[in-house]
Amino acid sequence: MLTYAPVDADQGVIQKIFYVHVPLAIVALCGFVAGGVLAIQHLRTRDRRWDMRSYVTIHLSIVLAVGVLVTGSIWARASWGHWWVWDEPMLVVFLIVFLLYATYQPLRFSIEDPERQARYASVFAIVAGAFVPLCFGAVRMAQSVTHPETGTMTTSGPGSVTVTFLVSLTGMALLFVTLCKYEMASKNVTSQLRRLRRRLEGGDDGLPAAGRSAAPQP
Amino acid sequence: MLPLALSASEQYVAGAYVVFLALVLSYLAIMATKLGRLEREVVQLTEIAEREPAYDGERTKASVA
Repeated sequence: MLTYAPVDADQGVIQKIFYVHVPLAIVALCGFVAGGVLAIQHLRTRDRRWDMRSYVTIHLSIVLAVGVLVTGSIWARASWGHWWVWDEPMLVVFLIVFLLYATYQPLRFSIEDPERQARYASVFAIVAGAFVPLCFGAVRMAQSVTHPETGTMTTSGPGSVTVTFLVSLTGMALLFVTLCKYEMASKNVTSQLRRLRRRLEGGDDGLPAAGRSAAPQP
Repeated sequence: MLPLALSASEQYVAGAYVVFLALVLSYLAIMATKLGRLEREVVQLTEIAEREPAYDGERTKASVA
């Protein structure tokens, strides 16, 4: 991938950071929005599995967002000479979105009742999910001059740049979906085992015990 | 070991990709730890279930049916 794509005439080899940074950012932001959509499904159906899906999607998007911030800082250091620039709206908006979602887990952890926890977390996910496209749309309209735009970067360059970018984006999206399924399977098995253990040891009704946890409880 | 002479720009690019790789590997390592814990729990529950008389009875009934 790194050797197939040509070296950018303007930025040189540093531009190749975009093949990991931009797909990470796009997938993370789509993940935040998807978390909101899944939360809508949870509120509509009251089915706890949708809350679990929303939680896992947002959790994984936060992990990817850390990667976006770090790789973006590395690119900024190489290109602008600074690790972080406060007067660049795109960077600051992404940091705000990241910090907003960083409060998601503490919010869940602060509510003991699993039912209320799931409901409040869904409301948070919907509001924050709507906030993401609004913020980035506003930044795009503000017409920043320093942060490169993904659309112009891929369409103005040669075809191999577009192909490399699309392959990276597809790979990142598939990685995200795979890890989401992996984590959801793990959480489902954990809850089933917990239920089975209680049934074998105590012989209760199979309902989850009240305990403080950020992870959804079925 | 081959000497790897990278320019400053290439070092930044390599750094970004290493960060991404480290992030994915850390996540997988955490998930693998959880999977190991689940495996131990399954073993424990199997032992408990095999000691339970009700489990044996159910198994006998199932095999007869």
